[in-house]
Amino acid sequence: MDKVLIECRSLCKDYHMGGETIHALRNVSLQIHKGEYVAIMGPSGSGKSTLMNLVGALDVPSRGDLLVNGVNLAGQSSDQLANFRNHTIGFVFQQFNLLARTTALENVKLPLLYSHDKNPGDLTRRATEALERVGLADRMDHETTQLSGGQQQRVAIARALVNRPSMILADEPTGALDTKTSIEILDLFQELNDAGITLMVVTHDPEVAEVSKRNLMFRDGEIIDDLIVAQGAGS
Amino acid sequence: MDIIKTTSIALVALRLNAMRSFLTMLGIIIGIASVIVMVSVSSGSKQEIEAQIDRLGSNVLSIRPGARMMGGRHGGSGTAAPLTEKHIKSLRNKFAFIEGISGSISATVPAVYGNNNWTTSVIGIHADYISVRQWVIEEGRNFTEREVKSGGKVALVGQDIIDKLFDGASPLGARIRIKNIPFTVIGTLQAKGASNWGRSYDDVIFIPISTSRMRVSGRQARSVPDNIGNLYLTVNLDRDIGIAEEDLREFLREIRKIAPGAQDDFNVANFSEFIRARNETSATLGLLLAATAAIALVVGGIGIMNIMLVSVTERTREIGLRLAVGARRKDILNQFLVEAVTLCLIGSLVGVALGVGTGELVKRLVDIPVLLNIPIIFIAISSAALVGIFFGFYPARKASRMNPIDALRYE
Repeated sequence: MDKVLIECRSLCKDYHMGGETIHALRNVSLQIHKGEYVAIMGPSGSGKSTLMNLVGALDVPSRGDLLVNGVNLAGQSSDQLANFRNHTIGFVFQQFNLLARTTALENVKLPLLYSHDKNPGDLTRRATEALERVGLADRMDHETTQLSGGQQQRVAIARALVNRPSMILADEPTGALDTKTSIEILDLFQELNDAGITLMVVTHDPEVAEVSKRNLMFRDGEIIDDLIVAQGAGS
Repeated sequence: MDIIKTTSIALVALRLNAMRSFLTMLGIIIGIASVIVMVSVSSGSKQEIEAQIDRLGSNVLSIRPGARMMGGRHGGSGTAAPLTEKHIKSLRNKFAFIEGISGSISATVPAVYGNNNWTTSVIGIHADYISVRQWVIEEGRNFTEREVKSGGKVALVGQDIIDKLFDGASPLGARIRIKNIPFTVIGTLQAKGASNWGRSYDDVIFIPISTSRMRVSGRQARSVPDNIGNLYLTVNLDRDIGIAEEDLREFLREIRKIAPGAQDDFNVANFSEFIRARNETSATLGLLLAATAAIALVVGGIGIMNIMLVSVTERTREIGLRLAVGARRKDILNQFLVEAVTLCLIGSLVGVALGVGTGELVKRLVDIPVLLNIPIIFIAISSAALVGIFFGFYPARKASRMNPIDALRYE
């Protein structure tokens, strides 16, 4: 097996709401290896999105340790976490989260603007390559509002790819798309995974679960099932 | 992330909200434009005042005979004993600080040359008058002492006289007739332009004071031997003109034998003081208006802060996204600061253009002196940038302190 990319040790996340404590994650321990394609499933409020936000360093755990590439995120400064989000992680959201009235190319360039590479190379060329990879080379100069939902999500994926991350975290990436478009996006994910990118997808969509290599089932903040899916099953 | 990247991000963000950006800038535009207009008008009138003082001479004092007390009641101005050649002599002997001194007897009479005639101001003077009153001989020469003393029939003419009597040709050596007495023109005067009161300074003929006294200015001047009319003198610039004025007054009281406690029967006046006092109100008003305009600028800054706060709230998801793709807190802070400063700077540039344009319009339409003050433009632009930093900081900090996940989820 490839080396461990993400390791959760007794990860807990509590939210305090109106005097009540909600345990969104309870003692989750988990290892995800490089190159895995993990679908995280479970009902709303089961903790799957919380896990993803912690892994993506968008939020901090209440207790427990989270190691990425052997580095404990708990000890990192806010600038280091920003750098981690910039270089190691690519996010894909359900609502795409593209900048309005901005071209596809400019959206894809965004992470490069915050990059601290000593030698970033030609930003436009890198953004163009990322758009080519998701099949949108001909729509580069379109504003995001002129694109269909599927195209917008592909712009978002290109944006996630542009800094060559080790891992893409996707939160309900097909939630706002029709079935046909969803399949296109999933095919794209498959290609990316085949190219060695680790994928972690939070989803309700059984299609995603079928194409992924591993399914994590969450309920009430705990992993209740961890399935390795046979290669090629269901496709 | 460097400043160029930050600026380009901020510029794109501003362009995305072009209409709002413009409305936000409006306060700054109006503030800067009014500062520029007010200061320009104020410096214009100040410059005009200084120019007037320069034309008249900043170290010139005038002495006029005042009112005589006639049995407990004031006579009219000039009814007191006149000033005479003796006064000039004793003042000169007494005060080394007097640089030039001259009498001046004025009459308005017609002058004739050939078929042309023109009624003008004919002033009898001593030779010092030319330098005391800041005149310059353009062609020819000034009067000699002898001509001044012995009633020489010579004249110096102003530019208007050259136009009216000589149709612009050189008058040197020509003979003009004033009250039927022939005068030889021995010099011409450089133009001085219009006076503060709308009369042209150049509509003038100078003749020796003795000649004026005896032959031109009429009976009243003739009635007193050695009458010199009004007296003008220049004070050495090393000497404080206020103290000089006081010395002169005391000495004149002494030689005119005015009892202690009684009123002066003469007036000593300081030209520049007179003009300054007359214009002080307008200068003060100008400064007050400029201060009001500066307050408008601050109000504009508060407008920027309000809109930036609204903008930060509205763009919470955008901020969340930027944080998610790797923006550091510092990057977000800088972006919003640069947005505020850019708004202020663009606003101030538009404001400067509007202010300069309005100043030019005022100058043309209302005929108010307007002087474009270059330093104030730079001060205005940099204070606008400061306003941007000051009022932009709070919203920018608010943006940078957002928690990425809360910002992303913000509806």
